[in-house]
Amino acid sequence: MTSVALLGQILDYANRPDPYPLYAELRRTPVVRDESGPYLVSTYWEIKGLLHDPRVSSDARNLTPDAAAAVGHEQDPDLPPSFLLLDPPEHDRLRRLAMRPFGPPHTPRRVFEMHGELAGIVSGLIDGLRGRDTVDLVDDVSYPFPVTVICRILGVPREDESHFHEWADTIAAGLDPIGTAEERAAMAQAVRQARADLARYLAELIEERRRAPRDDMLSAMATEHGPDGQLSPVEMITTSVLLLIAGHETTVNLITNGMLTLLRNPDVLKRLRGEPGLVVPLVEELLRFEPPVQMLPQRTTLADIDIAGTVIPQGAPLFLMVASGNRDPQRFTDPDRFVPDRPDNEHLGFGHGLHSCFGAPLARLEAQLALTELVRRLDAPQLVEDPPPYRQNAVLRGPRHLPLTIGGVRD
Amino acid sequence: MSVDGHLEALRREGRIVIVGASLAGLRAAETLRAEGFTGTLTLVGDEPHEPYDRPPLSKQVLLGKVPADHTRLPRRRPIDAQWRLGSAATGLDLAARRVRLADGDTLDYDRLLIATGVRARPWPHELEAELDGVFVLRTQDDAARLHHRLAAGPRRVLVIGAGFTGSEIASACREREVPVTVAERAAAPLVGALGGVVGEVAAELQRAHGVDLRCGVLVTGLEGDSAGRVRKAHFSDGSAVEADIVVVALGATRNTEWLADSGLGAGPRGIACDAGCRAFDVRGIVTDDVFVAGDVARSPHPLFGYQFLSLEHWGNAVAQAEVAAHNMVSASAERRPHLWMPSFWSAQFGVNIKSVGVPPMADQILVSQGSLAEHRFTAAYGYQGRVIAAVTFDQAKWLDFYERQIEQAAPFPPEFTTVDRRPEGHQPVSAGFPDPSQPTHGPTVTLSGYSPTDRRVSFTPRRA
Amino acid sequence: MRLVVDLNRCQGYAQCAFLAPDVFTMHGEEALMYDPQADDTQRENVRRAADACPVKAITLDYEDRPAAAGKAGGSGVG
Repeated sequence: MTSVALLGQILDYANRPDPYPLYAELRRTPVVRDESGPYLVSTYWEIKGLLHDPRVSSDARNLTPDAAAAVGHEQDPDLPPSFLLLDPPEHDRLRRLAMRPFGPPHTPRRVFEMHGELAGIVSGLIDGLRGRDTVDLVDDVSYPFPVTVICRILGVPREDESHFHEWADTIAAGLDPIGTAEERAAMAQAVRQARADLARYLAELIEERRRAPRDDMLSAMATEHGPDGQLSPVEMITTSVLLLIAGHETTVNLITNGMLTLLRNPDVLKRLRGEPGLVVPLVEELLRFEPPVQMLPQRTTLADIDIAGTVIPQGAPLFLMVASGNRDPQRFTDPDRFVPDRPDNEHLGFGHGLHSCFGAPLARLEAQLALTELVRRLDAPQLVEDPPPYRQNAVLRGPRHLPLTIGGVRD
Repeated sequence: MSVDGHLEALRREGRIVIVGASLAGLRAAETLRAEGFTGTLTLVGDEPHEPYDRPPLSKQVLLGKVPADHTRLPRRRPIDAQWRLGSAATGLDLAARRVRLADGDTLDYDRLLIATGVRARPWPHELEAELDGVFVLRTQDDAARLHHRLAAGPRRVLVIGAGFTGSEIASACREREVPVTVAERAAAPLVGALGGVVGEVAAELQRAHGVDLRCGVLVTGLEGDSAGRVRKAHFSDGSAVEADIVVVALGATRNTEWLADSGLGAGPRGIACDAGCRAFDVRGIVTDDVFVAGDVARSPHPLFGYQFLSLEHWGNAVAQAEVAAHNMVSASAERRPHLWMPSFWSAQFGVNIKSVGVPPMADQILVSQGSLAEHRFTAAYGYQGRVIAAVTFDQAKWLDFYERQIEQAAPFPPEFTTVDRRPEGHQPVSAGFPDPSQPTHGPTVTLSGYSPTDRRVSFTPRRA
Repeated sequence: MRLVVDLNRCQGYAQCAFLAPDVFTMHGEEALMYDPQADDTQRENVRRAADACPVKAITLDYEDRPAAAGKAGGSGVG
């Protein structure tokens, strides 16, 4: 059997600023076993096919014992997995219940009606940059913005952020399939601890909201009943842990990658300034071009799957390399070019199928608002260094800092 | 003149007539212009309205959420056409290449596209059909009239026929809290299209939403009052129901009568055409200047044994119109076959029903994901050991996978495990389609005979 | 403005119902209903919805599409 040794390189921090040439190499064999164990799928149609394939599971309990050991998977004995790592019907029930206070059909207007509030948050953050000639876009805008938003939606006090910031970062880092067996075991231990700490914090908060509900998702989850009943107390915790982490660790990259890409394409930046409506397709192109979630490393197979000339055996670890699929020349014309109004842009930036991103509408609105406002209000923004320093994370990839010089802040 | 020169002249200054100004006609016109056709383009429609979309008529419109005249189709591009709306085509002279219109005018063409679609089958008893309060639902005007009467608060609506349209009408009535009786001659709703197993789920849905569903009965007569308003319907089991609105939903009739003496291969089952959308004449010879698209066409499909399929499907109308338009202005080597995977949807009682493939061809069914009892499932249909169709109830995200299975003629029952496989998904059962010799309004895929040459083909999936 | 949704393509991701809830509504978990002739004040929301659709099932009238899309010279638009 052919195998490659590319995953190690992709995960190598040295390649974080530009993994795309490695993806291009990977795409020469659309489905291939990496020498470290997992099967890597790197081409658009194959990834999309597998995202809609009912023989593919998100539940790690379906890995063979050997595969589970090889990728360092261990079930958390204290807290069950969230719906991200479950299959139907459990996944569907939990996701429906989580959606109830968030979106259609039950709460169709929550995100839509936050438009003004979101705009206010982002302008407040940009107002705070007045009088400075250098800023760090990550620390000053792209991190605090989505964090403030997810806290408001869930009903988590924003001032507690200093507590759970580190827990969130640890849990996100745990997504990366890197390191030796011992390093991975240590990481798993750290993630369990962080989840437990975050769970304890959220459990107390949920209890508070149950006793004195407000207009937020935690209150709704704790007090409302629908046709599917209610989340159990443990399910409420795993669901809110998931949403809080996702709200912390993904949109920050979308906004930062967006500003970085605009500064690398000054003609597009200029165009966006004169044509704010362009931001809508532009964010879709960003999701294709620099997706905040680069790969989906937590799938396995319920049966042998014969795809693109390779048989993925039952129970094998399966990594869907969505950032690579998004650059597949078989699907996108001129894929390495950033085309802000690209037609026919059915990207995989939010995944696809059953597990497609729960918070996608919110992430879209946040990125659209942040980028239009940054471009409109920041005078003469310039990158201080290119590439900027990246976060360690390979799965949730993005700059750790994005230092900019600015000429000023407009009204 | 050379063949190429002829084609070039046609593209530049030819005359193309499209008979039928609905979805297929409009999309064909747009495609012709997109392909660079700059000649004269005429669209003929029997209704006075610009092309409009029909699926919302039995849903949003009956619910009062959208006015009936608000479903005009968006244009993909300007088409610069001469419109002959409100004037039905009444005849075709193949030799003279001329279409006759009801108003006496004639239109000469170099290429003709026939997209005249179908119309609602009326209540067979003419006097009863004329009673005030008896409706069909096919056109915008039908929908406007029916909505008007539903809004007035009828005491009870009777829907005759529990196919997709009938079921959607019943669903809209219940959502409006109007009492409704549905009379269906088969054993369950949707049986002709989806078979008995899924039909039972549809029956449960109807009853759970308060529909007075009566299966296995015929409506034997409609009775009016002295003012000519319908008031009562009699059933074959001796029972009767009082209703002040009766909606006849007994399927559709193809609009081919105007072609009766034309020499074209047109009849009650539609107009036969080849895979390139060219019409056959009555001698079985394919024409080269008359094309067909949409509900009125029936064309051979290699995935389904080269049977001639008539598809009353929205997506088929679009896809076939695009292929027909392309082929009308292309040289033979550039022509494309129409190989659309039959697909349709219905929304009723809050459930999204979708189908791919040709369920009525199936002998067996297997619930491969989810559960019938929860009304949330994916069912695969098998025919002679291969997957031929799939249906989802609120599980549309899985359907693409099954479409690939059909394209690959994958074995049935599926040999693999899937997520959400329940005990009921371990063994296939009979799909429960009624005897095909029985008349039924149900199926929206009609199988009608084989082509003269039944060759074996290997179908290459479009993304392999 | 006029629009149509190809409900064969639609898989019920509901992005449109989040972004333009006055035009697109979910009927149950997965069935979509929409206003085919949305009010002109909804133009921006509808464009947002059309661009966000994961299966690109929403077709707007060419007159209602942003002019920019044509300028870029992308083929196969619409």
